[in-house]
Amino acid sequence: MSSVRLTSAVHAEIRAHGEKTYPHECCGALLGVHGAEGWSIQAAVRAGNTRTDSAHNRYQISPVELLKIERGARAQGLDIAGFYHSHPDHPAQWSQTDLAEAHWLGCCYIITAVEQGKAALTNSFLLAGANEEEKHFENQQIVIDE
Amino acid sequence: MTIFIPTPLRGFTGGKDSVEVEAATVSDALEQLTQNYADLRKHLFTADGKLRAFVNLYLNDEDVRYLPAKQATAIKSSDTLTIIPSIAGGS
Repeated sequence: MSSVRLTSAVHAEIRAHGEKTYPHECCGALLGVHGAEGWSIQAAVRAGNTRTDSAHNRYQISPVELLKIERGARAQGLDIAGFYHSHPDHPAQWSQTDLAEAHWLGCCYIITAVEQGKAALTNSFLLAGANEEEKHFENQQIVIDE
Repeated sequence: MTIFIPTPLRGFTGGKDSVEVEAATVSDALEQLTQNYADLRKHLFTADGKLRAFVNLYLNDEDVRYLPAKQATAIKSSDTLTIIPSIAGGS
């Protein structure tokens, strides 16, 4: 199983974001660097959820916000390493919608279950596969750096 | 012009996060990019040659889909083109 390293601040931030937007899904980007052992996440950037029609079980980040996040990452010498979102009152497990809408191969998709407004389990999934047709999620171990 | 390559596609550009091309239009720039890095083509385009629906293109600050001439828009050497795959999902 691959692993992803998060600072404790990033881990706390993505969970706090999920609690803040409950009962709606939160979403954001993860910025970091890729080394021999995989991604090391150094910052989380909150994003707006444009799926206001169904925000309790869907999320989408606007392309123009993604553009700004990508430029911000570049300015800090970081890469977009993946994304995070929450599943309000739903397990921290990827869904078929998550897989269908995931296109950042080699990046981390972190999901936090938020139960009755409190962050519960946080899991990470690596979007693996050589191309769009072969993509699949693989469980990742989250390693938290203090 | 400079084309910025997103994280998931850098494996097909030798790890480069940006690529320089000389082109007259956005479409030409993509053509040059995929000529230089052939493995990129199937990630950006469908089998019938259309840009995949989840691939967003920004010419400087403008979404190419909303430009009057779309991918036929003329470009200058100082322009930047950013490729950004979409992000969405949910439970």
